[in-house]
Amino acid sequence: MADNQRVVIIGGGLAGLSATMKLCELGIPVDLISLTQVKRSHSVCAQGGINSCNEQTRQLGDSEWKHFDDTVYGGDFLQQQPPVKEMAYWAPKVIDLMDRLGVTFNRTFEGYLDRRRFGGTLYKRTAFAGATTGQQLLYALDEQVRRWETQGMVRKFEFWDFLGPVLDEEGRCVGAVAQDLVTMEIHAFPAAATIVASGGCGLIFGKSTMSVFCNGSAVSRCFQVGAKYGNPEFIQVHPTAIPGSDKLRLMSESARGEGGRVWVPRTPQDPRPPKQIPESERYYFLEERYPQYGNLVPRDIATREIFNICVNEGLSVEKGRMAVYLDLTHIPREELDRKLGGILEIYEKFQGVDPREQPMKIFPAVHYSMGGLWVDFAKSSDGGLQAGDPANQRTNIEGLYAIGECDYQYHGANRLGANSLLSCIFSGLFVGPCIQTYIKQSGGAAVTRTPSTLFDAAVSAQQKRHEDLLNCRGGENPYLLHQELGDVMTRAATVVRHNDQLDSAYAKVEELQQRAARASISDTGSWTNQNVVFTKALQDMFPVAKAILRGARLRDECRGAHYKPEFAMPSLTETDPEARRREAEQWCDRFEENNRRYLKSTIARWNGTDPDISYEDVDTSLIPPRPRLYGLVGAEIIEQVWRERQAKRKEQVATAGQ
Amino acid sequence: MSAPTPANPSSPAHPTKVNVRVLRQDGPGQPAYWERHQVDYEENMNVISVLQKIAAQAQTVDGKKVAPVAWECGCLEEVCGSCTMVINGRVRQSCSALVDSLLAENATEIELRPMEKYPVIRDLVVDRSRLFHALKRLQAWVPVDTYGHLGPGPRINRPQQEEMYPLSKCMSCGCCMDACPQYQKIELQRRPGESDEQYQRRKEAAYEQGFVGAAPISQVVLFNSHPTGKSIADGRLDALTETGGIQVCGNAQNCVAVCPKDIPLTKSIARAGRAATLHSIKRFLEK
Ligand SMILES: Cc1cc2nc3c(=O)[nH]c(=O)nc-3n(C[C@H](O)[C@H](O)[C@H](O)COP(=O)(O)OP(=O)(O)OC[C@H]3O[C@@H](n4cnc5c(N)ncnc54)[C@H](O)[C@@H]3O)c2cc1C
Ligand code: SF4
Ligand code: SF4
Ligand code: FES
Repeated sequence: MADNQRVVIIGGGLAGLSATMKLCELGIPVDLISLTQVKRSHSVCAQGGINSCNEQTRQLGDSEWKHFDDTVYGGDFLQQQPPVKEMAYWAPKVIDLMDRLGVTFNRTFEGYLDRRRFGGTLYKRTAFAGATTGQQLLYALDEQVRRWETQGMVRKFEFWDFLGPVLDEEGRCVGAVAQDLVTMEIHAFPAAATIVASGGCGLIFGKSTMSVFCNGSAVSRCFQVGAKYGNPEFIQVHPTAIPGSDKLRLMSESARGEGGRVWVPRTPQDPRPPKQIPESERYYFLEERYPQYGNLVPRDIATREIFNICVNEGLSVEKGRMAVYLDLTHIPREELDRKLGGILEIYEKFQGVDPREQPMKIFPAVHYSMGGLWVDFAKSSDGGLQAGDPANQRTNIEGLYAIGECDYQYHGANRLGANSLLSCIFSGLFVGPCIQTYIKQSGGAAVTRTPSTLFDAAVSAQQKRHEDLLNCRGGENPYLLHQELGDVMTRAATVVRHNDQLDSAYAKVEELQQRAARASISDTGSWTNQNVVFTKALQDMFPVAKAILRGARLRDECRGAHYKPEFAMPSLTETDPEARRREAEQWCDRFEENNRRYLKSTIARWNGTDPDISYEDVDTSLIPPRPRLYGLVGAEIIEQVWRERQAKRKEQVATAGQ
Repeated sequence: MSAPTPANPSSPAHPTKVNVRVLRQDGPGQPAYWERHQVDYEENMNVISVLQKIAAQAQTVDGKKVAPVAWECGCLEEVCGSCTMVINGRVRQSCSALVDSLLAENATEIELRPMEKYPVIRDLVVDRSRLFHALKRLQAWVPVDTYGHLGPGPRINRPQQEEMYPLSKCMSCGCCMDACPQYQKIELQRRPGESDEQYQRRKEAAYEQGFVGAAPISQVVLFNSHPTGKSIADGRLDALTETGGIQVCGNAQNCVAVCPKDIPLTKSIARAGRAATLHSIKRFLEK
């Protein structure tokens, strides 16, 4: 256990903890840095479950390949396919391992794992532990890491803030600098390799369904020293959350599944209590606009419609805050208790209102970041990943790796439910042997050969930033600036995006960034100073916010979570069969042309003041991209044309090969 | 835990301001002092949003500029265990403590204090490392051979799972320990010249003299009932029968009354107690 092998891991959510325990098993010691006790990481919030193909679904025709296919189709083909394929093939093994570690998954009567169905698939792939799957998975990993801690393999630095990677003259990452949040001391952590596993960045949007730790600061600090950021504009917004003054808590889709109706009063901000508003004065906008699907339209459509009603049509049920009613009060109480008890209790607990008596107030909320640090992969001969290759999960900075929600690799333009817990644990386990190879090849050079002056300089630079901030008296209030940033980002860069709004949002964010540089710190002490730590995180939100806005501005198309009405693919309008066929041909031409331009990863690089955007090809070698036609008028004929084209293409390839 | 009293959101009885009294302390070993704050009332507020407003205002009700109150929070939905504090005299999570129900308890003000049994770091932030140390000492994990692929875990039938699941929801918030009459505060001061490691070792030694507390006992029950976890059950029971072990529990049952996750702690303690007794007899006969 030579100390020149020590690896530093930033973050102890599912990704960071699984990497930690795997490295320990390989005999590599770990320094684990986290803003909080790792057991309290954001991963505890996940409720729904974790996906894998399993014995039950297999008998119905499911396979790892189909899980892979659902994932890239759901992600609108924006993922690099080899890592996704590898993940889908590992999924059953990941769940087996978590089962062995003691996760209290729900069971069938006989004692096998029970499964439920989630969005974007026909199969019951999702294993779950009550409504707290993320918590249970995290605890199992936390326990294993504690076990390694007692054996001296892990040193935990909990309540520490990662301030940035340390790079040597050749641009290699040789460790990290972090600050103790209790004593405010700043230290360097030399490391043979550094892994960032810092999760999502929901706080950039002010409030989201995420924990307060998800501020994106760790990723931003890597981005600002040269790490590439991939697909920043892809942010998943969940249609139904409970707007709270501190957080937007998730309200499960099952409420609509059991008959919940979404409506707003036809009079803007009708002051009457909702139960007193007669049927005729209620606007059941989903039911009216989508008579076929009603309240159960697909997730992205529901999200867009609710947003539209509040922001563009001004029909929010509350002034100054965006909300619509989700009404269950027409359903008998005992039926609600039986089917929806758990989630209704959450609403009751946090809103102090009984949703069996009063309609719930809900609104879409930022939920997940598909984009993140760009990472490489090494493709194997079967189209998956080359195990143990040091390129896997490596950022463009040698020695710096990224895993979990903070990498950009697995979910493309849209994440399927219950796939994130999987990608976090998978990437954490998979990266272990890759790091081991890297350390072998580099001989832990980072630690042994880097002069200590380099680390001293990195610490002094951070010390200076800290002290400058403490002395700053610019008059700006960091908490209020954060609220403003959140408002701008939520208005311009969530559900529906318009180029003019993105432009003005960028200008506004620029202004806020400059004001944040003049923040006044109300606490100038040197002990547990949360005020200065928050201000630092706030300042580091701007580079990521800018990358999100610019990425969205430049992508003139609709793909997954990124929706610009101006560039939406049209429904077919012709009724004459031949004309309709021609229209479908044109539709497919346009689809292909659009893919040639935009089926590319957005790559942001920080130039010191703004992100520079470029594009990289996506590896779609395993499953050719195809149109997503859900809910589109004319879908059948488009699909037919598309299939014929694909068949013709195959034929051409076959003849060319002869 | 009892459900909060639902309040009618459109009731006109709502105040426009909320008075808050906070017990502050600038650092370990420093004197504690009360401070009064006032924030604007908002619908559906919880104690977290009150503290957020206090941080943004950074001044007391009399307009005195002060540093923001320090506190811990994370998930804001009662699953991470971060935000424990004593609110209106009862230890609980501040994220699920709604202002409306607190004002129903006491209309004049909300009183916030740090947990009582853990050393204050600053204001409402306390050092709960003792709790995590207990989990180490009791080997609260499943000792698997390897993280390689060896197929699924042992079969566990549904009734067994239904016993284990509630125990595995413990979020190490510390409420149960804070309310326990047998759990005494252990607070050490760092000695001049003492290294981090030395201080840490001295703290851990002191923790091991104190009562382990209800939550870790319940974890022993959880892991000793897991088919693989069981294989080191004796080691856990050894630790549970040492100084500060289960025998310290006076069965006051305060713990179960305050647990925000409704964990059946008294049942766990009874089960662990029986197992510990049998274990002690076994160890005695082995001598
Ligand atoms: C309400 C909700 C429900 C969800 N439900 C599901 C579900 O059912 N299924 C599913 O698959 N996915 C779900 N997701 C998504 C999933 O929970 C997350 O994507 C996943 O948990 C992220 O894990 P992680 O390990 O990448 O990061 P996290 O768990 O977020 O951990 C990040 C770690 O990094 C640390 N950190 C961050 N910044 C710093 C810094 N500057 N310095 C030091 N440390 C730092 C933190 O302390 C923490 O330890 C849900 C998400 C939400 C919000
Ligand atoms: S039952 Fe035991 S652990 Fe619970 S409060 Fe009483 S003495 Fe403490
Ligand atoms: S048993 Fe309950 S009160 Fe005690 S730490 Fe666990 S969750 Fe908190
Ligand atoms: S913030 Fe997580 S329990 Fe209160």
